[in-house]
Amino acid sequence: MNQFWLIPVLPLAGFVVNGLVALLAASGRAEAERGQDQPKARLPYGQRLFHGVVGVGSVGLAAVLSFAALVPYVLESLKSPEGLAPVVQHVYTWMAAGDYTVEVAFRLDALSALMLSFVTFVGTLIHVYSVGYMQDEEGYGRYFAYLNLFMFAMLTLVLADNLPLLFVGWEGVGLCSYLLIGYYYDKDFAVAAGKKAFIANRVGDLGMVLGIFGIFALFGTADFSFVELAKRAALAPGAHISVYAVCLLLFLGACGKSAQVPLYVWLPDAMAGPTPVSALIHAATMVTAGVYLVARCSAVFVLAPDALTLVAWIGAGTAIFAASIGLAQNDIKKVLAYSTVSQLGYMFLACGVGAFSAGMFHVFTHAFFKACLFLGSGSVIMSMHHEQDMTKMGGLSSRIPQTFRTMLAATLAIAGIFPLAGFFSKDAILGATAASGHWALYAVGLFTAGLTAFYMFRLVSMTFFGKARGDAHAHEHAHESPATMTVPLWILAAFSIVAGFLGVPAALGGTDRIGRFLEASVAHPEIGEMSHGVEIGLMLVSLGVAVTGLVWAWRWYGRAEGPPEAVSAQASAFYARTGALGKLVADKWNVDEGIEALVLSPFRKIGTFLWRGFDSLVIDGIANASAFLVELAGDLMRFFTTGHVRNYALAFSLGALVFILYVWVR
Amino acid sequence: MTGALPGVAPMAVPPGAYLVVGTLLFAIGLAGTLLKRNALSIFLSIELMMNAVNLLFLTYARMRGDMAGQMIVFFVIAIAAAEASVGLAIFVALFRVRRTVDVDEIALLKW
Repeated sequence: MNQFWLIPVLPLAGFVVNGLVALLAASGRAEAERGQDQPKARLPYGQRLFHGVVGVGSVGLAAVLSFAALVPYVLESLKSPEGLAPVVQHVYTWMAAGDYTVEVAFRLDALSALMLSFVTFVGTLIHVYSVGYMQDEEGYGRYFAYLNLFMFAMLTLVLADNLPLLFVGWEGVGLCSYLLIGYYYDKDFAVAAGKKAFIANRVGDLGMVLGIFGIFALFGTADFSFVELAKRAALAPGAHISVYAVCLLLFLGACGKSAQVPLYVWLPDAMAGPTPVSALIHAATMVTAGVYLVARCSAVFVLAPDALTLVAWIGAGTAIFAASIGLAQNDIKKVLAYSTVSQLGYMFLACGVGAFSAGMFHVFTHAFFKACLFLGSGSVIMSMHHEQDMTKMGGLSSRIPQTFRTMLAATLAIAGIFPLAGFFSKDAILGATAASGHWALYAVGLFTAGLTAFYMFRLVSMTFFGKARGDAHAHEHAHESPATMTVPLWILAAFSIVAGFLGVPAALGGTDRIGRFLEASVAHPEIGEMSHGVEIGLMLVSLGVAVTGLVWAWRWYGRAEGPPEAVSAQASAFYARTGALGKLVADKWNVDEGIEALVLSPFRKIGTFLWRGFDSLVIDGIANASAFLVELAGDLMRFFTTGHVRNYALAFSLGALVFILYVWVR
Repeated sequence: MTGALPGVAPMAVPPGAYLVVGTLLFAIGLAGTLLKRNALSIFLSIELMMNAVNLLFLTYARMRGDMAGQMIVFFVIAIAAAEASVGLAIFVALFRVRRTVDVDEIALLKW
């Protein structure tokens, strides 16, 4: 298989077919229902089957092609000690300006192979899951069209061989994110959340675009050969632009897409979209694009160590900040959203201390357990008839046992319990942080690991353990989801358990395969050595912290008893034990309010001033005054317009006379 | 007034006389245009002015030995013919609607 361009193009074809059919069907239905106020209903079986087959089929085929391409590449590359050279395929020239051209070219190397593997794999599973989850939705065809379009954009982003093409995918996934967050377009909060995501991403994208220009200014090229130039520190002649500035601009773009402080605010709100979308776009794939970008440009970042330190601190800060908010959320999806932000912070922490491959490893494992958790939460929400409030759940472990088991596995994985996937990737990050000598960062990361274990087990406890709370009727009718939903859950749970074995560190007798594999395409600066003993000691410490978090959450929430109506006891349990700080945390540190007060409100005031003061007075004043003058002139002139031909003839004659006299006298 | 130009036959009547006649004709036409109220009379006066100008053109052309003046006269005649047909058509149409061709009665294009 050596036609990479087919991989993104297949989902694009799926998008076109699904979109057109959905449009035609919707207009036909609107025609039939004209004048009737019908409730929204699920589509007929035939249409759902069609959209499902096209949607899942196009992405599934793309996944098959991807693995056909990357498996031989990976096997070959593991054999050779240096790693294989990247395979680049040019499709056509997109732009040509003078001697500079931008190619539509796709690249397979270690980094894109890693991304490609889980993007297509998890993507296919989530498409399958969506077949079951979305079956009652009216916009079934539209949903699959958007999801296919997303896969096209994401695969373009991952496979692109230059930054402009990567940016096409980057913006494409942003667009699909916006469309899918606002999927329930008749709900105000979903529309607002979509806009928030779009606008917050624009702030990041400004940095991204300027960063691309900067890369071009630095190296004279924007295709990924600049990585080789950066490794040799070979800047273009006359490159005056600062490497630091370029790194910070690119990182600003990454912050927007990957929801880092201070641009993270859009991701929790993005949970307004359907749950499989949260799993695919806002947990497993799109939001890791920022980490991918930093890893892709790692050779440039290495040239600017101070920028890397900032990346590490932003990452660690985001990790602990978002985890603290996750402690007190009662919406099951919000907990997972803050967890995603926090885990993305870990990935940037890894990049910041120079362990780019550890960061990418965490991207890889996180895709599996976070997708599993989100899909599991979707299954819970569906079984509870679209109830997302965990204070109204409880005792669901016997009602939906498959969901419970898979989510438990993923929870243990994200909490970093040995030997599940999250343990290896998180300890690779923490170990690298410790080895780099940033002990403050290590402490933050370690503490966050405890918080992670706490809020995740709080989620599991409130949802599955204890007695049923809330609406007794809903609990009685809670039912397990169909096989299209549980099978993806089981597969993802299995990968949550085993994915970590790709990167067993040397201290535990492994060979860190994934790290060695990625060495070919990411920078791997020296970050200090630790003896295996110390490494194992640190692992035990973090394992201990994680277990402490789990037990703590179990003690607070695991045995919460109570009659169905005692909902508020669950909700207030957190405040009772944590006081004012807990209140602040539950209010999400009032960040949204702070942004409102510090950024939005001043801008609104400036806007009001420009509207009232400048636009209304100056601009409108100029326009109205000139109109008044014209009107005045017209009022004077109209007295000469008598309508009598002889007046005109006289005026004409006199004019001619004056002209003749003028010529004569002159 | 210069002497006889080479290749041009001398004029029996002095050119100044032609100029006086042309100017007088033009003045009469202008007065008619400004003073008459009947649209047809105005029209005739305008034609008179045009022919006065034609006469002047011819005279000057002969005096200067320059054929361009005669060419212009042909154009004026052609255009005057076209203008006459359009103008008369307008008057006929106007008369059918208003039952008059008195321009003081027809002041339609005023504010």
